[in-house]
Amino acid sequence: MKRAKKRFEANKLGVMSVEETRKKMVEMIGVNKIYADHDGHGSNHVVKDLNLSVYEGEFLTLLGSSGCGKTTTLRMVAGFEEATSGTIHVEGESVGSKEPFERDVNTVFQSYALFPHMTVHDNVAYGLKMKKVKKPEIKKRVEEMLELVQLGGFEKRYPSQLSGGQKQRVAIARALINQPKVLLLDEPLGALDLKLRKQMQIELKRLQKKLNITFIYVTHDQEEALIMSDRIAIMDSGVLQQVGDPTDIYENPKTKFVATFIGETNLFEGSVAEVSGDAIGITVESGGFTVKGANFAAGELITVSVQPEKMLYSATPVPGFALQGLVKDQVYVGSILKTIVVLSDGQEVKIERLAGQELPKNGLVYLFWNDADAKLIRDMDSVVYEAAENVTL
Amino acid sequence: MEKHSRHQFRSNTLPALGTVGPVGIVLLGLVAVPLIYVGVMSFCSLDQYGNYIYQFTFDNYKNLLNPSYIQIYVQSLLIALATTIICIVLGYPFAYLIARTESKRKNLLYMLVIIPFWTNSLIRIYGWRTFLGDTGWLNSLLRGFGIIDAPIEFMYTRGATILGMVYCLFPFMILPLYSAIEKLDKNLLEASADLGAKGRKTLLNITIPLTKGGIFSGSIMVFIPCLGYFFVSDILGGGNSDVIGNLIQRQFQKANNWPLGAAISIILILITLVLVKAYQKAGGDMDSLGV
Ligand SMILES: Nc1ncnc2c1ncn2[C@@H]1O[C@H](COP(=O)(O)OP(=O)(O)OP(=O)(O)O)[C@@H](O)[C@H]1O
Ligand SMILES: [Mg+2]
Repeated sequence: MKRAKKRFEANKLGVMSVEETRKKMVEMIGVNKIYADHDGHGSNHVVKDLNLSVYEGEFLTLLGSSGCGKTTTLRMVAGFEEATSGTIHVEGESVGSKEPFERDVNTVFQSYALFPHMTVHDNVAYGLKMKKVKKPEIKKRVEEMLELVQLGGFEKRYPSQLSGGQKQRVAIARALINQPKVLLLDEPLGALDLKLRKQMQIELKRLQKKLNITFIYVTHDQEEALIMSDRIAIMDSGVLQQVGDPTDIYENPKTKFVATFIGETNLFEGSVAEVSGDAIGITVESGGFTVKGANFAAGELITVSVQPEKMLYSATPVPGFALQGLVKDQVYVGSILKTIVVLSDGQEVKIERLAGQELPKNGLVYLFWNDADAKLIRDMDSVVYEAAENVTL
Repeated sequence: MEKHSRHQFRSNTLPALGTVGPVGIVLLGLVAVPLIYVGVMSFCSLDQYGNYIYQFTFDNYKNLLNPSYIQIYVQSLLIALATTIICIVLGYPFAYLIARTESKRKNLLYMLVIIPFWTNSLIRIYGWRTFLGDTGWLNSLLRGFGIIDAPIEFMYTRGATILGMVYCLFPFMILPLYSAIEKLDKNLLEASADLGAKGRKTLLNITIPLTKGGIFSGSIMVFIPCLGYFFVSDILGGGNSDVIGNLIQRQFQKANNWPLGAAISIILILITLVLVKAYQKAGGDMDSLGV
């Protein structure tokens, strides 16, 4: 809680944080992308005022639901798409006027995009050939690279003779052999089955640490993001919602979107009724409660997020809480018991327990939680979106 | 076992025969029978009154080795080759443009290529005559501007024939090229650029190798008709640039030597078969030939 508070203040005041002393590999400053609609009328604002820095050797994940602009962002960094406004720096140098083949950035495509008429060797060697590296050296480096992705002996195969996971590794080898400063990966594991996916997640992370290359990794799988990333950048409808390390994002979501996207949660939306010391009295439609926190003033809109496994209940009223509900459904998902409690305004609160701890059917329960389990979210969504919508191009 | 296989014959083959059968009979009547007739005739001869003698002879084929004929075969192959090359060189960028444009005019461009398909090619070739002739538009224009004094002889040259061939057969090159380029995965071109290849290198290393099927089938579809389009060389070449088709036409219509004409036809069919076979061997896709 204390750490969160400090961080929040630092952000608010624009104070230098530790990360900013590291070398920036990629920096996006006020980047916007607007696609013209196909029929020429109207337009589609896909990336909105994006400010994001990626540091040397960092594994940064762009996380967001389908269509939120992740691929578009990557494509602008790679040079396949031109930003409508704003600048993109790679290693401190603006790349706006550089063609893709001039950028020290390589991409692993979602569809792999292996050259079907070339062998694995020729696919991996392609980048070196374009740089006119000598033949014996190409051979040596391709061998090393294939060894690294555990595909030694596959040189002569064609892409059509490989499994999905093998193709995937060829695509990574083909990009890595150029020793790019930054590697862009667009949902590289999207097409793999769950088991292979878990395995490749570990392998990719191992490669990244070993080669110390900056990764910008796109996924819409929040679990994958939490496992692999040094930092996660969450996007929604083209707006960057929050950037932080996985625990930070998980523990201190700054917007309602982040809170719901990063895991299942219950949101209680209300306003601050009174503040006394670090106790904040909050009224919501179905009642009210008191939480511990700072930096909130009476009258402010506030959202409190409590995860299902942290929700507590009691048959008798709990001091500091006025949240009453009816137990509605109880279902087992594996060894987890999921319960829905309906509040007086119709809001459905999710509760998760280990098997066996059933609530009284159709009974009346009083909900509460431990102070430490409540995450306070200032109503930032509107702030974030307004800021982005008001961008003048 | 016996019973079983007979049962299978009935259940598998009979319905198939029922549906394909009628079409098969029509095809047999319209394609196979005339073809056999031509084949048989090529081994016959004529008496002095011009009647057929149905007696097996190789004479017609021996006559084909006449040096003046051989000169025409070579000339015809060269014209076909030149036409094919010109069609590739002009057609590739054009097909690329239509296939890859993001513009709304894509369909319009495509139609521009297709529409001539629906017009009689004989009429279009006559059109060129009024354009290229001594008193044609081009010469009048050049004279009007005082660029030349005497008309330039565009007509009745091998160049005019090749021009006409290119003009007639261009769509046959464009269509397979277009569909091959259209099918090309855009990500592959981006991947190539991403790995450091400039436009020209991507074209040579990725685009052309991956669309060579289209180039092959386009070439076959231009080269083969080119050997037979006698009316083009007749109208524009004026007897100076005969193709194999002219030889055949002359035997049937002027010399009235059908057996000899049949023999040349058989040779032309054989050349076609060899070319198609070579195309297939090279990994060509029969579907894209439209046969
Ligand atoms: N070339 C284009 N022209 C017009 N609109 C586009 C183009 N490419 C993408 N878009 C639109 O931009 C938005 C963002 O697309 P983008 O591909 O960046 O999404 P994404 O976050 O990568 O989604 P996913 O997870 O499904 O891959 C979408 O609404 C999409 O329809
Ligand atoms: Mg995408």
